[in-house]
Amino acid sequence: MYRYDTHDQTLVNERVAQFRDQMNRYLAGRISDEEFLPLRVQNGLYVQRYAPMLRIAIPYGMLASYQLRKLGDLARDYDRGYGHFTTRTNLQLNWPKLETVPDMLAELASVQMHAIQTSGNDIRNTSTDQFAGISEDEEVDPRPWCELIRQWSTFHPEFTYLPRKFKIAVTGAAEDRAAIQVHDVGLRLWRDDKGEVRVKVLAGGGLGRTPMIGEVVRDDLPWQHLLTYLEALVRVYNQFGRRDNKFKARIKILVKALGVEEFRRRVDAEWAHLKDGPQTLTREAVEAMQSHFIDPERRAIGEEAIAQFERLRGENRAFARFVTNNVHGHKVPGYKAVTLSLKRKGHSPGDLTWEQMHQVADLADEFSYGEIRVTHEQNLVLADVAVDRLEELWHRLEELGLANPTVGTLADLICCPGGDYCALANAKSIPVAQAIQERFEDIDYLYDLGPLDLNISGCMNACGHHHVGHIGILGVDKKGEEWYQISLGGAQGNDSSLGKILGPSFDRESVPDVIDKVLQVYVGERAEGETFIETYRRIGLKPFKERVYA
Amino acid sequence: MPDQNATQRPFIRDGKPAEDRWLLIRDAEAELPASTPAIVPLARWQALEGSAELAPWLASDTELTPELAEQLAAAPLIAIDFPRFTDGRGYSLARLLRERYGFDGEIRAIGDVLVDQAFFLTRCGFNALSLREDQWLEDALHALNAFSRAYQPAVDVSEPLFRQRMREAVKRAEPALA
Repeated sequence: MYRYDTHDQTLVNERVAQFRDQMNRYLAGRISDEEFLPLRVQNGLYVQRYAPMLRIAIPYGMLASYQLRKLGDLARDYDRGYGHFTTRTNLQLNWPKLETVPDMLAELASVQMHAIQTSGNDIRNTSTDQFAGISEDEEVDPRPWCELIRQWSTFHPEFTYLPRKFKIAVTGAAEDRAAIQVHDVGLRLWRDDKGEVRVKVLAGGGLGRTPMIGEVVRDDLPWQHLLTYLEALVRVYNQFGRRDNKFKARIKILVKALGVEEFRRRVDAEWAHLKDGPQTLTREAVEAMQSHFIDPERRAIGEEAIAQFERLRGENRAFARFVTNNVHGHKVPGYKAVTLSLKRKGHSPGDLTWEQMHQVADLADEFSYGEIRVTHEQNLVLADVAVDRLEELWHRLEELGLANPTVGTLADLICCPGGDYCALANAKSIPVAQAIQERFEDIDYLYDLGPLDLNISGCMNACGHHHVGHIGILGVDKKGEEWYQISLGGAQGNDSSLGKILGPSFDRESVPDVIDKVLQVYVGERAEGETFIETYRRIGLKPFKERVYA
Repeated sequence: MPDQNATQRPFIRDGKPAEDRWLLIRDAEAELPASTPAIVPLARWQALEGSAELAPWLASDTELTPELAEQLAAAPLIAIDFPRFTDGRGYSLARLLRERYGFDGEIRAIGDVLVDQAFFLTRCGFNALSLREDQWLEDALHALNAFSRAYQPAVDVSEPLFRQRMREAVKRAEPALA
């Protein structure tokens, strides 16, 4: 975990004081609503459908147990006792009081947290692989690089009023779990034949109104130049990105309009001036940052313990299900990463009560060196669990209702807060998620369907990432009524693709039936061992369309 | 006609309240004052080049080419317009003028210039702020000191915090070596 030094702490403290002053001036009528808006959203404060909402940054998804405990305190003391983990790995509190937000920010600062740039037309929270630092397929640990980017982008004086929001995702593993192809900038860290870190830079990906897959701007940027190159790239966007139409203001529109060659040429021309400047990273600076992300001193796990774990897995079917679905491999033999499912019937996806936050913090201390990760699929991860304690952890998670053995299945759907909370939403999304979870709760059927991403967004802004769901559901407004458009064939990861719209939209009650028909087509058409997305890619949209609209 | 009387706008130069002699003329056709120095649209300034009593203002979408920067080097001051406070292009323009083209005269922010932009504007090289008429001067002076340090280098700070940290670490280590 990154630990603040006096510089970081001073900056967040000064930020709290600045926002408290801004809030006072706003309440005194010295700042208009319109002019207060960017100030408050740059501190995570929205004014939503029914109440304000505070979006708290969880930089690259990493949380210490004491931080999660504090988030629980805030949910209990300032809100209605629960919080919502988002697809940007942040936490949203849905019912704070406007005037108490400076106090909430001060509480966050006391545990090295903040809500800086969780909204606004600025560089947002950087996201990464939830298995960073522990996965078997990792070439480069992305976390030190994420923190370097966090610091570079925090209060960047030139990039606080960009044409639109700007999101960066980083991966250092063979399998992309950070969705780098659908970010404004996606970074893949890899090693050259001398073992030096290089960066593949993608730009112009994104979801929202005009979904696009990012283009490669550079394949092999040497690590020293990461920040100067990003600065050049964002400067080109700041100067040339469209500002006349907010729906055409993201960098993807600029990259598309210029073409990637011309975009690259402009970035390179700008970079020529910044390259080798003061922001060039030094080996000492990177090593100092890496020293924050060293492995914990893990207890050695013997072969007997590993064998015992495998035996138990063979004997206990319920435990085996949990391990197969919710437990991920680890670079150290005898250790596993465990995903805590925040998806269960009767609860909004991604929600956690304050008691559960405290309990998960305790489990992290007991089982996983006091650290928790938040995933962009809206789950939590304990990344360092010894196999001889997995069974015990499983039982404890069952008691908390966080051991649903359905990670990666249809039941593990992604869902934005939608019309129940969000002022932007065209339609509710949570009731749709709940109806689907109720309809498809038979665990054997879920397993039979295999890996399946179902993503729901309540509007075009696509916070629920519906474009990259194998099945995507988008809430739309038709003459004041809520309708739902279904798309198929989206995917995240190395082989990202954008879903295609199935046809005319449906009312809310019909959605589970439509999903059922889609699944029937898959089950009927699949070849041996074929996943949903593989079948879709082989047979295309047509058979699904014919069945659903028959 | 000038769009407003310059003296109505709270004005800060080099971190302090200051008197502003310059009249801002937004209109490309307006008559020039006889005895007051004036800030005029860039194209007009280019046409009338050479007067120490005339300065250009740049629109936020100005493309700052090396040729333009060379011309601007002779300006007594350069103003950069913020048509809306949310238009962030002026920040890049000011940094380029300072850092790339070495302009060391006055760079002033004009237009929709608000208290809460003051800190970042200053970091990017604006040393003069002509705030919107309704802004409170004392709030702006206070806002100039919002933060005591920064992660990134800009016009005000020459090195990023990560380099400063390395120097501090060396310093901390020195007594132990002695």
